[in-house]
Amino acid sequence: MTIQFNDETFYGDFTFKNSDWAIKRFPFPFHEDSYMYSVNMEPHKSYRPGSVFERTFDVDEHYVSEMKDRARVLANDPLRCQSLPHMTLAGWDLVELIMEAKAAEYPDLFELHKDGNRWRWVNKPLGIDDTFTFLDESTLPYGPMEYITRQTQGDFAVLDQRDDNLWMDAGMVTTQADWSLDFDIGMNFFEWHAPVPKAHEMGIFVRALKFLLNIQQGQPARRLNWTMTINPLLDTSPENYHKWGVMKQGLTRENIGDKQHLRVELQTFFRLPRSNALVFPIRCYLISFNDLVKVPKWARRLHRVIRDLPEELAAYKGFIDNRPLMVEWLSQFDDGSPTSDGIWPDDD
Amino acid sequence: MPKTQFPPSITSRPVYGELEARSGGGHLMIADAEGAEAILDLAKSVDQGFWAKAHIIYIPKTTGTKYSSQLEELGAGQYYAGPSYEAAQGRIRRALQDCHMGTQVYLTGTESLMGQAMAEATAAGIPHTAIQTEHRGSTARRMQCVHCKGITEDVTTDPFECSHCGLSLFVRDHYSRRLAAFQGVRVDAEDPGNIPEKVELFK
Repeated sequence: MTIQFNDETFYGDFTFKNSDWAIKRFPFPFHEDSYMYSVNMEPHKSYRPGSVFERTFDVDEHYVSEMKDRARVLANDPLRCQSLPHMTLAGWDLVELIMEAKAAEYPDLFELHKDGNRWRWVNKPLGIDDTFTFLDESTLPYGPMEYITRQTQGDFAVLDQRDDNLWMDAGMVTTQADWSLDFDIGMNFFEWHAPVPKAHEMGIFVRALKFLLNIQQGQPARRLNWTMTINPLLDTSPENYHKWGVMKQGLTRENIGDKQHLRVELQTFFRLPRSNALVFPIRCYLISFNDLVKVPKWARRLHRVIRDLPEELAAYKGFIDNRPLMVEWLSQFDDGSPTSDGIWPDDD
Repeated sequence: MPKTQFPPSITSRPVYGELEARSGGGHLMIADAEGAEAILDLAKSVDQGFWAKAHIIYIPKTTGTKYSSQLEELGAGQYYAGPSYEAAQGRIRRALQDCHMGTQVYLTGTESLMGQAMAEATAAGIPHTAIQTEHRGSTARRMQCVHCKGITEDVTTDPFECSHCGLSLFVRDHYSRRLAAFQGVRVDAEDPGNIPEKVELFK
């Protein structure tokens, strides 16, 4: 099918909107009526046609506007995209991974023509038609990682692997759940996760690292993560927290359905062939509470999850003050009836 | 002043050890303020030959001349006392460049000094196994404002005012070795003007 791209904003007047199609395919992250941290990895295989798990890099109706928002954020703060000098090869690996996947899986939107190392890349939604020499930086308008991630939804952390650890040595980060690439660049896996409560003691990061170090080429993995955001603001960065933090005030019973969004990250992990780096795309999906409760199962389940979430997690995820209001509002959609296993709506 | 015992913290926060003399082709010692005491303690266990190959770079900060003459009398091949880390930075870089395989690097004093010198040493390619650290003296923190990116030195209270943009920031334990700084985040972002009273957390 051909995607109709929305013309919308993720800041200021916040005209972002999900179509019925986008609501139906939303990656609801709770497979049961409660939530606790887990490694929850599964193979990133094509699954459920039409879902966000079908393609290697999901492209949806928000693509063009998200890329505009990324360009805006980068213009305001170029440090959101950084790559330490030894990571350039990994950037080329990423160029190849994304271009090949998108050209194969969305032939109506993207084309890749190769003549040896001379590559022609056509990105129809963004109106790009570039010819360049693979592995020659001087033939692209940006470094390779920046070039391709200005054309791909989701944040990207590119992780070097050495000393049995992963090092955040490059990234494109404009749609993040409140962490700073500029501060965290160069950190290892345990250091950049240091502020997360509870999960260290639970052994989550030791197990996750072990899993990630062993990811093989051609066998990517994925997991979902989530948080809450007021307004469909993609750039919830610590850099701009002094501007957006105040939006958490003023949530009322009348506006919560419109303003409060569940923010879900589809995290995927790919081994890169030349550099042996790991690329970690973090794709953000937003849905307003009003849209979410259109799926009765999700409404009932979200009410129970938020109501029963441990205090520490609600604080870490930044919605502890608004939780009582969220629970009260969501409770009107929860008649107490059971919910089926798994994340999918019942009407399927 | 004995070495500092820090409370348990998160995994990005550095931990420090205790300096010990190691055999090596040279000894580069970078210290500030009470860090001098760690060098003087180490001096009790080494023979005179050790100092001929040593280079001491010392920034007394508020300790004035309390330790500088004792350090000078150790007889290091090179001894330098400077007025600030910034003033000494060029010399520190040069000394690290001049290190040979096997040179031992000793960093001691405040976290700000150790963190900055550690970042320089790493950038100069000194293996981490050849670098030792020991904390002495002030626990004041070097903070980066996550909003304006400015660094504020010697922070002793939480919250504190960013010396660049003026926002009131709370002090996190999250630490970047690359920046040699802890992270400061606007304390009243969600409720502008509601700034909690300052508490002296570090001395």
